[in-house]
Amino acid sequence: MFQNNTFLSTILAETGGRVLLGTLLVAAVLVPALNLVVPEGSFFHVPNYLVTLLGKYLAFALLALSVDLIWGYAGILSLGHGAFFALGGYAMGMYLMRQIGDRGVYGNPDLPDFMVFLNWQELPWYWMGFDSFPFAMVMVVAVPGLLALVFGWFAFRSRVTGVYLSIITQAMTYALLLAFFRNDMGFGGNNGLTDFKEILGFDIQSDGTRAALFALSALAVVGGYIICKLIVASRLGRVLIGIRDAESRARFLGYRVEYYKLFVFVVSAMLAGVAGALYVPQVGIINPSEFAPAASIEIIIWVAIGGRGSLYGAVLGAILVNYAKSYFTGALPELWLFALGGMFIAVTVFLPKGIVGTLPAFDKRFLRGRAENAP
Amino acid sequence: MVFINRFAAVLLLLLTMTLSAAPAMAGSLEDGVSQLVTKSFKTKIKAIQMLGQSGDERVVPILTALSAGKLFQLKADDSTVIAEPKGSIYELVDVLSGDRAGEVEKSALKKIPVNNRLRGIISDILGSLNLISPDPEKRIEAADAVFSSRSIAAIALLEKALMRETTTAVTTRMQRALAGVTVNTSNDTEIRQAALESLADFVDPDVRGLLSSVAANPNDPLADLAQEALRKIDGKLAFWNFVGNIFYGVSLGSVLLLAAVGLAITFGVMGVINMAHGELVMLGAYTTFVVQEAFRAWMPGAFDYSLFVAIPAAFLVSGSFGVIIERGVIRFLYGRPLETLLATWGISLVLQQLIRTFFGPTNRDVGTPSWMSGSFETATGLVLTYNRISIIVFSLMVIAVIALILRKTSFGLQMRAVTQNRRMASSMGIRTGWVDAMTFGLGAGVAGVAGVALSQVDNVSPNLGQAYIIDSFMVVVFGGVGNLWGTLVGAFSLGIVNKFLEPYAGAVLAKIIVLVAIILFIQKRPRGLFALKGRAVEN
Repeated sequence: MFQNNTFLSTILAETGGRVLLGTLLVAAVLVPALNLVVPEGSFFHVPNYLVTLLGKYLAFALLALSVDLIWGYAGILSLGHGAFFALGGYAMGMYLMRQIGDRGVYGNPDLPDFMVFLNWQELPWYWMGFDSFPFAMVMVVAVPGLLALVFGWFAFRSRVTGVYLSIITQAMTYALLLAFFRNDMGFGGNNGLTDFKEILGFDIQSDGTRAALFALSALAVVGGYIICKLIVASRLGRVLIGIRDAESRARFLGYRVEYYKLFVFVVSAMLAGVAGALYVPQVGIINPSEFAPAASIEIIIWVAIGGRGSLYGAVLGAILVNYAKSYFTGALPELWLFALGGMFIAVTVFLPKGIVGTLPAFDKRFLRGRAENAP
Repeated sequence: MVFINRFAAVLLLLLTMTLSAAPAMAGSLEDGVSQLVTKSFKTKIKAIQMLGQSGDERVVPILTALSAGKLFQLKADDSTVIAEPKGSIYELVDVLSGDRAGEVEKSALKKIPVNNRLRGIISDILGSLNLISPDPEKRIEAADAVFSSRSIAAIALLEKALMRETTTAVTTRMQRALAGVTVNTSNDTEIRQAALESLADFVDPDVRGLLSSVAANPNDPLADLAQEALRKIDGKLAFWNFVGNIFYGVSLGSVLLLAAVGLAITFGVMGVINMAHGELVMLGAYTTFVVQEAFRAWMPGAFDYSLFVAIPAAFLVSGSFGVIIERGVIRFLYGRPLETLLATWGISLVLQQLIRTFFGPTNRDVGTPSWMSGSFETATGLVLTYNRISIIVFSLMVIAVIALILRKTSFGLQMRAVTQNRRMASSMGIRTGWVDAMTFGLGAGVAGVAGVALSQVDNVSPNLGQAYIIDSFMVVVFGGVGNLWGTLVGAFSLGIVNKFLEPYAGAVLAKIIVLVAIILFIQKRPRGLFALKGRAVEN
C-alpha cells in the first residue's frame, strides 16, 4: 500500500515522533545490555527493578497511545479503556496460570489453585485453549476487540456521543469490575491471577526474561506508534479529525461516521489489550482493580498532560505521570492524590494542549522575541 | 379466626385437665427445692425440670444461683438458701420467701454441687422461663424460641403462661408456639388437626417450614391438610414478599435520589459534569459527624436534634465548596464538557485526600437519633426500619423544595433564563456569572444535605462519594437530563428493579444487570426516559 519511502516519511514526519522512535529503539537495546552485560556495581549498570519499572511504564505508554488514538483524533473520550487493558491482561494471565501446572500450592495439575480452593472439579470451558501461547495471544487482541466492537456498534450507531459516551464507558468498566470480583466468574475473584512461574518455558523472574520483556515492550510501543501514525495520517485519519471537530457536518457530507469511529475504537481496544498482556508478566499479577473507573480516568490524565492528539505526547505523558506516581507514593504517599488532582485541574485549566502542545508555542514566542530584538 | 377459636376450645379442655391435677403439683416449689440437695444428679435434673414447669417466678433466682454456685444448704437446719459473699461473711436470702435471712460465716454453709450438664439444662429452662417474664418483648422471644425448639418439655409452662397472658400480641405468639409444638408432638390426630388449622393463619417462613415437614411425611394423616395450608401461606407470603421488595426498592431508590438530585441540577440544568459531586456528598456526611461531635461535647441532652442542625450546616459547607469550585475552576471551562469532567475529577481526588488528612482514612461513627432507630415489624416478618422510612420521606421533601425553588422563586426564574438563553438573559440585566455560581452552589448544597441522610445508612469514610458517583450519573442519564421528574422516576425505578433482581441473581449480579440494561437503554433513548423536547435539546 505504501511505497517504502512514503511509509518512512509518514511515520518520521514530526520531530517528536523521530525522537520517540529513536529513543525507544536505543532503549530496547541499551537497557537490557546495561542490565545483563555490565557488571553490578558499575556506574552504568541498570538494576533489575528499574528494568521492570521501565517495562511497566512502557506498557502504560502503549495504553496511553491507544487512548490518544480515539480521544485525540476521533474525539471519543473513553473512561473505560482500563477494561480493554485488563481484559488483555487477563488473557495473558490465564496463559501464565496454565503454565504453572502442578507447581501451585495445591499441586493440582489440571486446575489453578483458586479453583481447587473453590472446590471446582474441572476447568470451565472458557479456560480451554489457554495452554497454548498462540491461542492466548489471539485472545489478547480478540477479546478486547470483540467487546469494543459490540459496545461501539451499539453506542455509535445510536449516536451516543460526548459526555454520554464517557459515562456509559465508565458504567461498562464498572460492571466488569463488579463481575470480575465475583468468585464464580472463574477468574480468581478478588485476588485475581498471580503466582506465575514461567512464560514460554523461561523463568518469569529471571533477569534475561525481564530484559526481554522490556525490549518487547519498547518494540510494542514502536509498533503501536507506527500503527496509530499510519491510521491518523491516512485519508481515514483525516475523516476522523473531521468527525472530531464537527461530527454532524461529517455526517452531512456523506461519511458513515459510526463505521469510522467503530474502526478506531476496535483498533484502540486491541492495542490496549496488548498493553495489558505486556504489563501482566512484568508486574506478576492481574486483579479486578485494573477495571476500576478511577484507573481508567487516570489514563486520560496521562494523555492530557502529554498533549492529546500528537501520539508521542501520550507516550511522554504516561511515562512522566507514572514516574511522578512512583516517586510520590514512595517518598510522600500522603501527597500523591493532591498532586494527581492538582495535575488534573492545572492541565485542563492552564495547559489544554498538554506539554507537547505548549512547549513549541513557548519556543516560537521565544524565537520571535529574539528575532524582534535583533538589530 | 374460626380455627383459632376451635383450637382455643381444645386448649381449654387440656388446661382444665392440667388444672384438676394441680393439687398434686401444689408445693412443687418446696418439693423441687428439697430434692435439689440430693446427691444423685439424676434426681437433681428431675427436680430442676419440675421447678421449670412450676411456672413460679421465684424459680428464676434459685436456678440462676444454682448455676452460679451460690446456692447453699444451711448446716444448722438443712434449709436451702442463696448466699452472696460479702467480705468474709455471707449474706443469706431465703429461697422460698425471697427475704433476707441474716448473715453467717462460711463454715455454716454447705455448697450444693453443680456440674456442666446441669448448667446446660438450667440455661434451657431459664430460657423458657422467660415466658413468664414481666417484659412482653421477652415473652414473645421465649414463645418463638419454644416454637423453633418444638420441645415438649416447655409445653406445660407455655400453657400456664398462656392462661395468665393479657397482652394480645403475646397471646398470638404463644398460641402459635403451642400449636407448633402440638402439631409436632401430640398423638391425638384431632388435636393436631385443630392446631394445624390454627397455624395456617400465621404467615411466616418458620410456620411454613413446619407445615412443609408435616406435608412431606406420607405416613402423617394430616399431610394433605398441611399441603393445603401450605398453599394458603405461600400465596400470602408471595404477596408480602412483593410488598417487601417494593419497600426495599423504594428505600434504595430514595438513597439514589438523594445522591443524584444535586447532580440533576449541576449536570441537568447547567450541563456541568461534576465528578466531584460524590465528594460534596461526603463533605455533608463529615459535617454531620462534626456537628454531632459538637453536640456530644456541649449539649448531649439535645443529641436527638443534632440532625436538624446538621442539615443546614451541611448545605452551607458543601454549598460554599461548590461556589468556590465553580468560581475557581469550572467557569473557565464552560463549553468544554470533557475538560470539566477531568478537572472536577481532579477536585474530587483533592477533596478525598483533604478529608483523609484531617479525619483519617477510617470510618467515622455517626450516631442515629433515637427517633430514627428501631423498626416496625409486620406479623409476616417484614422489617421496616425507621431510618429507611425517614430517608424516603426526606428525599421526597428535598425534591419538592428544589422543584419549588426552580419554579416559584425569582432565583429559579433567572436560573432557567440563563440556561435557556445566556446572552438574552444577560442583556436583560441578569448577572449570569452570579446565577451560575449560585446554581452550582445549590446543587452542591443539596449534595451536602444528601450526605446527612447517607451518613445514617452508610459508612462515613473518605470513599463515601466514590461509591455513589456512578450510580448518580446512571440515575440522571436514565431519567433524562434537565428534568427533576425524570430523576425522581429514574431513581425509584432503578432502586425497585435492583431489589426485584436481587433474590434471583444476588446483589452484585443484579447491579451488573442493571448497569448493562442502562447501557442498552441509552442506545435506544440517548436522552433518557423523559427527554427534553424543543429548543433546549438543540445546543
